[in-house]
Amino acid sequence: MSPSLAIRGGRVIDPANGVDAVADVLLVGGRVTAVGVDAGADANESIDASGLIVSPGFVDIHTHLREPGFEHKETIASGTMAAARGGFTTVCAMPNTEPPSDSAACVEFVLRTAEAQGVVRVLPIACVTRGRAGAELAEIAELAQAGAIAVSDDGSPIADAHLMRRALEYAGMIGLPVIDHCEDPALSDGGVMHEGLVSTRLGLHGVPASAEETLVARDIALAEQTLSHVHIAHVSTAGAVEAVRRAKARGVPVTAEVTPHHLTLTHEAVLLGPGEAPGGLAYDTNAKVNPPLRTAEDVEACLRGLRDGTIDCVATDHAPHAIQDKLCEFDAAAIGISGLETALGLTLTTLSVEEALPALTIGPVRVLSLGRHVDGLGTLSPGAPGDVTVIDPEAEWIVEPETFASKGKNTPLAGRTLKGRVVATLYGGQVVLDGR
Amino acid sequence: MTQETAPPTPATLESPSPWIRRHLLDLDDFTRDEIDTVLNTTDAMKEVLGRDVPRVPALRGKTVITLFYESSTRTRASFELAGKALGADVINVSAGGSSVEKGESLIDTVRTLQAVGADLLVMRHGSSGAPYLAARHVRASVINAGDGWHAHPTQALLDVYTMRTHLGDLRGRRVVIVGDIAHSRVARSNIWALTAAGAEVVVCGPLTLLPAGLRPGDPRSEEPLSLPPVKVETNLDRAVEGADVVMALRLQQERMHSGLLPSLREYATLYQVNEERLARAQPGALVMHPGPMNEGIEISPSLATSLQSVIEEQVTNGVAVRMAVLYLLARGKA
Repeated sequence: MSPSLAIRGGRVIDPANGVDAVADVLLVGGRVTAVGVDAGADANESIDASGLIVSPGFVDIHTHLREPGFEHKETIASGTMAAARGGFTTVCAMPNTEPPSDSAACVEFVLRTAEAQGVVRVLPIACVTRGRAGAELAEIAELAQAGAIAVSDDGSPIADAHLMRRALEYAGMIGLPVIDHCEDPALSDGGVMHEGLVSTRLGLHGVPASAEETLVARDIALAEQTLSHVHIAHVSTAGAVEAVRRAKARGVPVTAEVTPHHLTLTHEAVLLGPGEAPGGLAYDTNAKVNPPLRTAEDVEACLRGLRDGTIDCVATDHAPHAIQDKLCEFDAAAIGISGLETALGLTLTTLSVEEALPALTIGPVRVLSLGRHVDGLGTLSPGAPGDVTVIDPEAEWIVEPETFASKGKNTPLAGRTLKGRVVATLYGGQVVLDGR
Repeated sequence: MTQETAPPTPATLESPSPWIRRHLLDLDDFTRDEIDTVLNTTDAMKEVLGRDVPRVPALRGKTVITLFYESSTRTRASFELAGKALGADVINVSAGGSSVEKGESLIDTVRTLQAVGADLLVMRHGSSGAPYLAARHVRASVINAGDGWHAHPTQALLDVYTMRTHLGDLRGRRVVIVGDIAHSRVARSNIWALTAAGAEVVVCGPLTLLPAGLRPGDPRSEEPLSLPPVKVETNLDRAVEGADVVMALRLQQERMHSGLLPSLREYATLYQVNEERLARAQPGALVMHPGPMNEGIEISPSLATSLQSVIEEQVTNGVAVRMAVLYLLARGKA
């Protein structure tokens, strides 16, 4: 008989199955075999989860692992360790590597490296266009066969509407969603933060909300026409949320994600930063992210969108960078936030556990139909992978970037107290993070 | 001690508030008293500059390094003259021709300049916020000599000084700033300084050159993190009505290529500060320009050299204002 491990006496929340009860989760042979009161009484080993919450392992559909090409920023090994720290047992790796993941060889490299060095599951996302150049389609069928679970030119929008139409038709035929980073490059040109009162105050070139909203509207029109699934990455404006809401209401195959930082932080983070700044203005490069942090009204709209189902899930857009990439002039600084390890705590600053967990588990799985690739992913159904995250929603901790497992210490949250800590992460029935 | 070498006497530098600043990054947190301190110190410096030998040893033994990542004529020259008039050693470093061209980072560059002995670092940079980054990494005083679109505090101080010389107390005075407000560090710093001095500020320009939050119909923001409220006007004739000061900003020619304006011709038609428009202002209203000017575009050539123009005086005052700033910062640290 295979070794068995029980997580005992926790409050089990399995949103996919509508479970919210104190119970044991029994893992045998690396899979979930039972959830129930005293289901784990006879297990070889057990973890006491009393007073804690037991959830399916979190799934992040928007992670930058940087390997190959930018190993000084992150590797598959360090990025998946950061994922485990953040409670994520599955991450979908974005293809803006060097070379970009536009070939079967690249997709296979990611899978092979993850198999050998990864701490949790890595599902590769491949490019829509060759070299992410936005000119010609990549060989999407071959990429799918190699293991890509979606296609995206993330970081670069597909600016050419005709190409986007063809990408939706072609990828739709193969059954892969197209994930678009919606930003009209003509409108955002040169912009480094949200265009608004704070950019005016700081004299920084702004990115208007319309840069996102025009492309979201375009993608919705194309999805409606082609009946192919478009997934809108990191929605950040009230207008974009409203456009998705209306599109869904008339049955357009569109889904959307939102990052923990767009649910919580505003453009004021650029100005204020952590700690004291000379002259009172931080120009915090760690708050430089794309899409930019926007207004309090936009944050409110994103929250509302997540609560009413307009936005399908939370995704981190984990974008690790080396220290020197951020320790420079604001205009020159790299774009992105290292987000895996703060995702839960940040999300729980504005969402309840009951709201957050669906958005971190079954929500992302449904968005990209990941259950087709990994049976039972994002659930604690019998037979599902033994991916479990144990959290203490009341535990407070201080964000200390230097202690991150990620190589990317770039977070605007340094020194901030967050509530909600990952106590243990189990992947395939093995404890990969033990923070007890 | 001869008069030529005498430092400014404490009597002429009686300050209404204690000076505690290490850096001059912007005027956004300056009180009216602090601005008065700078302006009163500037008066003393003007007196020094009027002497036969315009030198005092107030900063003897101090090193001022100017670090310019962008070109400049008047700002750089006036800082250099100001430092020398105070007896400091002044060294000029340009990004071009320095290790910046070899890829040295801003932080390494300012640390290097501190290591060679800079007490005061005068910095101009094309990226907004760059002097703030420098100030985080050096003990030397950092003086912002212009950063991107953000701030140019010594320009605003010399503008306010020049206005005060002619108008006295600026409370209730109407100051119109005309032109490319969106991309202007001069406009931003003047908005702060003039608001602190109690003036009524009107910004005027085409909608395409007004930034978010400073457009007609924008809600008057009471948010503490935005610029102070100003009046906004797209029609220059209306803006100039009753003005005490009209300040034209330089129009950068590349604005035409990015679709912000149809032509220089149309811009001049709508926004040139000229005699006809100035007739709507208060009699004797001051005409100002931070330079460098595009005569015939944002300002008519005849007006630029008219009796109402104080443009050259602005440049002259620039030296005294920068002496005051160097003096106060060097003293504040001691």
